[in-house]
Formats: sequence, structure tokens, C-alpha cells
Amino acid sequence: MPQPERENYLNKHYGVWSWLLTTDHKRIALLYLISITFFFFIGGFFALLIRLELLTPAGDLVQADTYNKLFTMHGMVMVFFFLIPSIPAVLGNFLVPMMIGAKDLAFPRINLLSWYLYIIGGVMMLHCMLTGGVDTGWTFYAPFSTNFTNTKIVEAGLAIFVAGFSSILTGLNFVVTIHRMRAPGMTWSRLPLFIWAHYATSIIQLLGTPVIAVTIVLVAAERALHLGIFDPKLGGDPLLFQHLFWFYSHPAVYIMILPSMGVVTEIIACFSRKRIFGYSFVAFSSIAIAVFGFLVWAHHMFVAGMSVYAALVFSLLSYAVAVPSAIKVFNWTATLYKGSIRYDAPMLYAFGFIGLFTIGGLTGLFLSALGINVHVTDTYFVVAHFHYIMVGGAVMGYLGGMHFWWPKISGKLYPEGWARLAALIVFIGFNLTFFPQFLLGYMGMPRRYYDYSHMPEFQILNVLSTAGATVLGVGYLLPMLYFLWSMRYGKPAPDNPWNAAGLEWKTPSPPPTFNFDEEPVVTWEAYNYEELDAPNKEEVPVAR
Amino acid sequence: MLNNFPLWPEQASTTAGHVDALYIFLLIVTGMMTLLIFVCLVYFAARFRYRPGVRAEQIEGSTPLEITWSTIPFLVFMVIFAWGAVVYFKERTPPDDATEVYVVAKQWMWKLEHAEGQREINQLHVPVGRDVKLIMTSQDVIHSFYIPAFRIKQDVLPGRYTVEWFRATKPGTYHLFCAEYCGTQHSGMVGDIVVMEPAQYEAWMNGGSTGPLSATGEKIFAELGCSTCHRTDTQGRGPNLQGVFGKPVRLEDGRTVTADENYVRECILDPGAKRVKGFQPIMPTFQGLVSEEQVNALVAYIKSISAAKPGEGAKTSASTAAPQIPENVRENAEPNGSQVQ
Repeated sequence: MPQPERENYLNKHYGVWSWLLTTDHKRIALLYLISITFFFFIGGFFALLIRLELLTPAGDLVQADTYNKLFTMHGMVMVFFFLIPSIPAVLGNFLVPMMIGAKDLAFPRINLLSWYLYIIGGVMMLHCMLTGGVDTGWTFYAPFSTNFTNTKIVEAGLAIFVAGFSSILTGLNFVVTIHRMRAPGMTWSRLPLFIWAHYATSIIQLLGTPVIAVTIVLVAAERALHLGIFDPKLGGDPLLFQHLFWFYSHPAVYIMILPSMGVVTEIIACFSRKRIFGYSFVAFSSIAIAVFGFLVWAHHMFVAGMSVYAALVFSLLSYAVAVPSAIKVFNWTATLYKGSIRYDAPMLYAFGFIGLFTIGGLTGLFLSALGINVHVTDTYFVVAHFHYIMVGGAVMGYLGGMHFWWPKISGKLYPEGWARLAALIVFIGFNLTFFPQFLLGYMGMPRRYYDYSHMPEFQILNVLSTAGATVLGVGYLLPMLYFLWSMRYGKPAPDNPWNAAGLEWKTPSPPPTFNFDEEPVVTWEAYNYEELDAPNKEEVPVAR
Repeated sequence: MLNNFPLWPEQASTTAGHVDALYIFLLIVTGMMTLLIFVCLVYFAARFRYRPGVRAEQIEGSTPLEITWSTIPFLVFMVIFAWGAVVYFKERTPPDDATEVYVVAKQWMWKLEHAEGQREINQLHVPVGRDVKLIMTSQDVIHSFYIPAFRIKQDVLPGRYTVEWFRATKPGTYHLFCAEYCGTQHSGMVGDIVVMEPAQYEAWMNGGSTGPLSATGEKIFAELGCSTCHRTDTQGRGPNLQGVFGKPVRLEDGRTVTADENYVRECILDPGAKRVKGFQPIMPTFQGLVSEEQVNALVAYIKSISAAKPGEGAKTSASTAAPQIPENVRENAEPNGSQVQ
């Protein structure tokens, strides 16, 4: 029975300018979605070339310098242009105002500005890559970056500098919005945990990102003006660089993982039909991670030449930050207890997240143990560990969230069968790619080696890893294809296809420009699945 | 090929066993945690799957449970932390009587020089069962000296010394890797650690040495004219260096530092930075005039004239120990000092 389509944020205005000059947080979220997807596949392409090179011990596919640029650009693109903006700028942008019952973010124009800054940074990064690239690794360690390499450090640094402001502005916008724009009745203790996670993330973005900006300026100053800051030949200190760099870049890991934890919390509550177990512990563990996350940076530097007593302190604090993460995992698991669990694609991604994040987190215990760290730091063990967190964790959460909210974003249902298949492929491909790297690392294979013909015994594990990477690549392409397909051919989505709690589901799919026809008044606690599933309530058709 | 599929590299140093023991402990502990979580997940997911007509039972949470599952992991973490710290302190504390090898890293090779004078490139010969201390610096960027079979790694920095040590336990040839990315040929900055039986090692040592490193240092010391000011009596314009190494030194700004390798190195390259109390800032910098290898030789020489030998040596070093010299020398140094001004 075809109905006239009701007015929504997608069809209210047409034309390129209605998108490029929009201040609607939902349209900006879509602009971000398109841009970060573009960078994700560029970064993924670099990863594929890296894995192909490592298929054989000899350096035979690309040249050494090319390989060094590949892993550098892979890291920079994935970290600064995909992972950091991924969930906050797409799902956060779309959902934060809706979840708290607001019409938009507090500063809609600043929100648009943040996207333009991201694009300017991204174009600079593309230009830098196309005209020669950078070969320092995404970590930019001085004095190699400041006085030795002759690649485009300053340009890449500026690209990240500009994109960093986009990240700061998004964080600023979220903090103000969450403080000032909650609907009547939406108290702090009624906020969805997705909002708590984004609040903690925004704090890190606001406080941490300026430090990386300062670091980049100092690198540029030493490189261009020969000011002695990091290079001992000029009177500088190379460890200073590492302290400054990791002071941002360690908390940045929590910028990537906290929003993903928020997504997973929403999905688990919905698909087990339960209020989340230990709401306040899950909420405060997000804040605890943000706070402790700022105190552990030097655990990247245990063999860098730091004092043994400093190492002791940072090792201890690293164990402290593991506790709130463990609390989250236990609470998610406990939420399943006596639930009514369905296995739709978002839930499969959430299960995948818990599994991979658990492995990633527990291998962090190995790395924080000083005695073991000396052996495995700067090896593939570290590579495997942070991919389990940042890809196994953050990207699984991102994909789970994209599936969960896709009906709301696009107004269409994605094909469930394909989505479950893709979730399975991603999970298998991911483990096949990265689990062998733990073994490689403990065997002693260093990171960033383009040629391992000196140690051919590492080949079997590298072949497994490369095989896994191709599977993983397929798993990542599939959702993009069927999401695109569903925009045209998908079934129209009902307003609340999952019968989920949360204000975003109380508005049409896709939502109108100002989200709600009338301002909502909240009189219920978060995750009121008991009321939603109450038997006297009329059965709401659930899309399968 | 599968029976040749080890899960860890060979254990060839005294440290390796300690690291692997902690690793196995962690595998068991984290394995149990993973199993616990996965079993709960799978069991709950199967047991509480959706059934028509059955509704979820709402549970608010439980503070005692939260406290339990925060405290128990935290206590387990503290055990891991303490164990890891103990292993690390052993790894980081070189024994006093270790044989010394100076290492200079550069893009993209390792240059090694034994205290006895043997020089090697990308290869290090060491005997079984003897403590070996590596005193390392870099000529350019940061590198990292990594021997997986020994489970040790230490970054090698420009502008300062870092130290690592090991005692090999098993003859054989082991990988040496640069573990800190250092540019184009980073993956080519690899080599071999050759661990030999003591007898073979002595034979190897006796071939092709140019004399001890400290002798080279003594020659450089004379050639550069260091001995003009750093005289062995109390008449020099610079401090007497006999017996100084390893002792505390009082500085002009009131601080006291220990005269270790890094201090001697700094005094050669940046003499103004930590000037000894009672001396004028008249020493020129040797930055750029001496190579890293020459600095190493000078350090080895200065160490050698402080080595307390039983009998005659011990007395000398005690009487000329650093804190006293500047005071003694002060009156004598003053006239010279004022001439300079």
C-alpha cells in the first residue's frame, strides 16, 4: 500500500548546496559517513599491500621506501581520518541530539565547520600522499622525523593538525549539548550509556588533542627552523617527543574505543530485552577510563631509556586503567543473564566486539608487565594487540552500530541474511589475520620490517595473516555494498524496527529535520524494556 | 613443517627463563579469564535465547557483585605487576663486574667494540656464562638493540648512553634485530649474536685485536691534548681524572652527580653543562671533533684509570676521589683561572 512519503531530513531539501551548507546534524553525519568510508578503503588498500609484501620473506613486491610509506600512511589515515572520527562524527553526530531529545547540537554551524576542517585536513593528507608521502611511521619519532627523513613531514603534520581541530570542535559540541540541551526529564541517570561514552570521549578530545597539535608545531619548528627541541645534536631531547606524542596518542585509543563501548551497550540491552546490568558502574567506568587514560602514556616507553622508577609507576597505572574496562565486560555479560536474546546482525557484531575486545584487553596485561614488555614491545605482539582493540573492538562496534541504526538513518531495512554472513566473515577474517601476529611477536619478529629474509622461519604465520586479511577485506566490502543496495531496494523501515528503548526510536524513520514533532518529555528510566515488552501492550510488529 | 612450529624463541640467556615463566603464568591467568567470559557468554546466549511468550527478567545490578569483580581482577593484576617489575629490575641492573662492549648504532648497521679491542659489525661474539654489558649510543636516529633469544631490548639513543646486559647460557647463533623503526633499511639492520664456549671465545679473542679499547683511548687522550689540563698532579687547569669514575662529583651549581659513562660523555661533548666545582669554564667542546667510537674509547680510558686495583691503585683512587680534588686544586687553579679572564 504505497503511501506518500512524509517529510524527513533526507527529502526536505534537494541539491548539492542543501548538503554542503546544511547545519542539520543528521546530514553532517552522512557527510562524515561518506568521507570516512572513503578514507577507510584507502587505508584498507594500504593494509592489503602491506600484507601482500609480507607474504614472502624477501622484499619483492614494493621497494623498502614504498613499504615504509605504506605502513605510515595506513596508520595515519586509519587513526586520524577513520577511527577517531568514526563513531563520534557519524553515529554520535546523528544520535546524540536525538537520544537526549534535542533538535540539533548546541552549535550547528561549528558542527559543519568541523566537517570542513576534516575535509581540508583530508585533502592535505591526500595531496601529501600523492606527491610523495611520509615514511616515519604514524608515530613520527624524533629525531628521525625532524632531521633525517626527507619526506613530507610538515605537510602530513599540518593535515593532522587541521583534522585535530575538527575533532576538538566535535568534542566541544557534544559536551555543551549533553550539558545544556537534554529534554525535560532527561536527567543524567536516565541518559543512554551511549551518551555517557560520548561524554567521556569528548572530554579526551578536548583535553588531549591540543597536545598533539603542539607536538606537531614543535616538530615543524625543529625541521624548518632547526630549533633544538628533540634532536640532541641541536641540544634537544628525543624522549621529550615521545612523552608529548603519547600524552595524546594513548588517550586517543580511548577516543576510538569508548564510543564503540557505548554502541555495544545499546545493542546488548536491546537484543537481550533488558536494562543494562549495573547502569551506574558502566556509566562511571567510561569516565574512569577517560581519567586514568591520561595517566598511562609512558607505558609505550619502557625500553626507550626512561628511568626504571618511572616505568614502575606507569606499569602500575596501566593495570589501574584495566579495571574499568573489565567492569564493562562483566556487566555486558551479566546483562545477558535471564534475557530474551535474539541474534540479529547488530547483536552478532556486539558478541564479536566482546570477544575481540576481551582478547585485546587481556593481551594488554602482557604488555603492561614490565618484564614481558621488554621482550615484546616493538614486535608484532603490539601490532596484534592494538588491532584487536582498534579494529576488533572499535570497528566491530562501529559496524554493529551502523546496522542497528541504519533503519533510522536511511529509512530502509538492510538485508538481514547478508548482514549476519558479513558479521561472521569479519570475525573469522579478523582472527585469522591478527591472531598469528601474537605468535610472531613473541617469536621476536619486529614491527615495520619490510624484508624478513634473515628469519624465514616467520613465513608460515605471515602467510596465515595475509590469508586472513583477504577474508577480512571481503567482510568489510559486503556491508558497504548491501547498505548502498538497501538505500534503493531495501524495504521501508518502521519507526522502531527493533522495538528498542531510547528517544531516537520514538521519531519517524528517517527523522524529520528537527528530530521530534514536539519536544519529548521523559518520564521513564533508560532501557525500559520491561514496559516495552509488557504483555498488555499491543504487539508491535518487529522487523526480521 | 608443523613439528617445527615453536611458540617462543630459544631460551639462551639467564633472563629468558624468567620472562617465559611470567609469560606462561599470564597465559594461564588470562586464558582462565577468557574462558570464564566466553563460557558465560555462550551459555547465557544459548540458555536465554528468545522464546515466544518468555519475557526477560529485569535485574537492576548488584553492588556486591560489582565490588567483587573489580577487586579480584585488581588483586590478580597486582600480582602480575609485581612479578613483571621484579623481572624488569633484574633485566635493568647490570652486574658490576660485567665485560663491557661498546655499541654504536647508525643507519643501518651495528658497530661493536669489545673492551679488549676487537671490533665487529652486525655481529657480536660472546662467551657462554659471562655477564656482558652493552654501552650503547647512536650516531643518528633512535635504534633498538633486540635479541629475542635473550628476551632483552633497549632503545639506542643519539646523544647519550643506554645500557643493557645479558648472560648467555647456550652456545649458538641468535638473531640481533633493530626494533625501533629507523628509516629505509630498518629491516636490514639485523645481525647475529654468536655465543661460544669460553675456550673457543678466547681463541677468537686472540685473533686480530688492535689492543684494548682503553689503550686506544689513552692515545686519543694524548693526541687531543686532554692531558695538558687534566694532569695527574694537582697543577692542572682541569680536574685530575685519576680515580674519578664511578664516584660522586660536586658541581659548580651545587649539585652532586655520579661520574658514570653518560657524565663523562657529556663532559667531553658539552663541558659547560655540568662543570666541576672550582674550575673555570675553559674547556672547549669536542662535539663534532671526535667520533662516537673515539668517545667510547675515551670513556673506556677514563674508566681504566679509575679501576681500583688491589694494592697500589686503591690508595691512589681513594685519596684522589672526586669531591676532594676540586677543593685541593682550588687555590692552585685560581691564578690560572684569573689569567684566562
